[in-house]
Amino acid sequence: MSAVIHEDHHHEGPPAGFKRWLYSTNHKDIGTMYLIFALVMLFIGGGMAMIIRAELFMPGVQIVNPDLYNNLLTDHALIMIFGMVMPAAAGMANWMIPMMIGAPDMALPRMNNMSFWLLPAAAILLLSSLLVQFIPGTGVPINTGWTLYPPLSVQTGMGMDLLIFSVHLLGISSIMASINIVTTILNMRAPGMPLMKMPLFVWAWLFTGLLLIIVMPVLAGGVTMLLFDRHFGTSFFDAAGGGDPVLFQHLFWFFGHPEVYVLLLPSIGVLGLVIPTFSRKPLFGYKPLVFFMGFLFALGLVVWAHHQYTIGMSLGATMYFMIGTILISIPVGLMLFNFIFTMWRGSMTFETPMLFAIAIILMFSFAGVTGVMLAVVPADLQYHDTYFVVAHFHYALIPGAVFGLYAGVFYWLPKWTGHMYNEKLGKIFFWWTTLSFNLTFFPQHFSGLAGMPRRIVDYNIQYIEFNQISSIGGFLFGLSHLLFLYIIIKTVKGGEKAADKPWEGAQIGTPGLEWTLPSPPPFHSFTTPPQIK
Amino acid sequence: MNTQPHQPGNKQNARTVRLMFLIVIGMFGFGFAMVPLYDLLCSVTGLNGSTTGRIQDEAVLSSRIDFNRVITVEFDATNNADLPWEFHPTVKKVEVHPGEIKEISYYAKNNAGHAIVAQAIPGITPWQATNHFNKTECFCFTQQKLEPGEGKEMTLRFVIDTDLPKEFKTITLSYTFMDTDRSKLKQNGEAPKLHTNVIRKSPNNNI
Repeated sequence: MSAVIHEDHHHEGPPAGFKRWLYSTNHKDIGTMYLIFALVMLFIGGGMAMIIRAELFMPGVQIVNPDLYNNLLTDHALIMIFGMVMPAAAGMANWMIPMMIGAPDMALPRMNNMSFWLLPAAAILLLSSLLVQFIPGTGVPINTGWTLYPPLSVQTGMGMDLLIFSVHLLGISSIMASINIVTTILNMRAPGMPLMKMPLFVWAWLFTGLLLIIVMPVLAGGVTMLLFDRHFGTSFFDAAGGGDPVLFQHLFWFFGHPEVYVLLLPSIGVLGLVIPTFSRKPLFGYKPLVFFMGFLFALGLVVWAHHQYTIGMSLGATMYFMIGTILISIPVGLMLFNFIFTMWRGSMTFETPMLFAIAIILMFSFAGVTGVMLAVVPADLQYHDTYFVVAHFHYALIPGAVFGLYAGVFYWLPKWTGHMYNEKLGKIFFWWTTLSFNLTFFPQHFSGLAGMPRRIVDYNIQYIEFNQISSIGGFLFGLSHLLFLYIIIKTVKGGEKAADKPWEGAQIGTPGLEWTLPSPPPFHSFTTPPQIK
Repeated sequence: MNTQPHQPGNKQNARTVRLMFLIVIGMFGFGFAMVPLYDLLCSVTGLNGSTTGRIQDEAVLSSRIDFNRVITVEFDATNNADLPWEFHPTVKKVEVHPGEIKEISYYAKNNAGHAIVAQAIPGITPWQATNHFNKTECFCFTQQKLEPGEGKEMTLRFVIDTDLPKEFKTITLSYTFMDTDRSKLKQNGEAPKLHTNVIRKSPNNNI
């Protein structure tokens, strides 16, 4: 497959100064802003995690008081999910999808600008919800955890209102971004790029976008009801007025479970490009992979109540949610097997993106195994709200989502910046970050099985050793990201010139058109449709 | 600025975007539709253990008493969010036969210096017994108002129907009294100070 590009030099370059960014309708600039925003949020959310781990180094209360601890915990989750993973994935979608499918830009460039610029506003609201507790008279900090369950969330202070508005803005932002991406994928493909020839990353984002469009409004509705209960005398979740707090749990997890796949799928898409590239073999079973993603998309929407086994559901409902949840391991497992078969007998090389990809397959499987354990009702009643759950979802989300994004960053940095990153530093970062990640979260399986509850600032002295290992691992894990930042800055500033196609195997299988463009690509690309032969 | 020569016509984009926005609005509505749907589901199945109102079903009331079975019914009382009421059942538990009409009472007294209107919210454990626990008279059917210092006994009359599955031998009926004036749960009050002062001196510090 090759494409003839008509370089178009008539287009003006980007406007100078802040207007370039503030008024930008260019998918590459907006993608860059998304990625920078995500990187900033990574360090803010990571800083919160460092405080949490420092507090948990010893039992007792040393650094932060319990309410502040719980507020940090809440905001750590929200910042990492809404501020880091989703914007980073959206940034990659912005950068790569138009170039992959041969579109000149996103379908709705001005809406694209708005989806991004809502994010800093939402981040300011989110951070003020944390800071407002230091002003007297603003009430109790947000001590609910990111799930915001009532009745506690109805009784907390002013921070909760700021948080609810922040969630509204984040929701509007990601709904608009998703509509934009889905429209781009469906309508803007170059002639000769049928749906079943799209790179896997594009497919992954098509499902992600649709998921967000379906579930985000439900969360928005749920937190709106929360706001009404807090200030306008309604009783959606208040038993005294005939409501039921459990209803919020259903609304929340109807959003919350598909959200896991929102975080996961873009990274699966990145794996679907990285693994064939460095195995120099076409993706094994491309069509089944697309089908599995669709299966995951559909199944993910109807199994939410496995997060709430302990509320006392009927036997029938519990069985349904248990079996549905266990079924999810089938498409996910098959995806991982497809990736392994892609590597089978390939001419593999182990550049940084590939190292991350292989590590993801291994470590995400751990999360899959603990996930099946947690799906089984009698076992879950034992594990519910322990550190075992914390270990499970960090194994799911850090390798499954975050490392997938790191693989994408290293894979596409040469394309974005025009410079090769330092491979040696990249490999050091990989080993440092994966080893310290395992050091942090593996012991939490054991402390959880021994009964250590999550979301509590203090703990019994029997868990000291596990927590100290976790904390040391956590500090190393946090520190490794300074190297990540250094690598990125160094690559942006300069380095070995990257070829148009910096990876030898990048055109194998169902590649996008991004490798037919120079590195870095011109400000406007594919202003006339490429001819795919 | 955004002339896109091979854009497949704004018409097609507009159509896709319209469809997407319809899904968004529909799902936002679905979130709110969950409220009545969930209530309906709960009242049909008794899922949340919340018993329904007064029953007038003659079939239940006039059914034969099943003297072969004895069901222990335990009574429980809770005050929600520092409601300054004394509230407890006058008996801890009773033994009844399915089909037998039983009457007990709860006692409530307002210890606050002002009148309070409260609503009792029932809960049945196990929840599977919810739809077999029929109340013909209950203080939870209406809101209860108590003047300062006023105390009263409140009647509860119930009959467990004979269809109750065999495996249930004990039923717990729990009531929580909730102040109907929800503005007292003011969120923006002073944060409780207990944490920093009390817990900071945790004995675990000297390990």
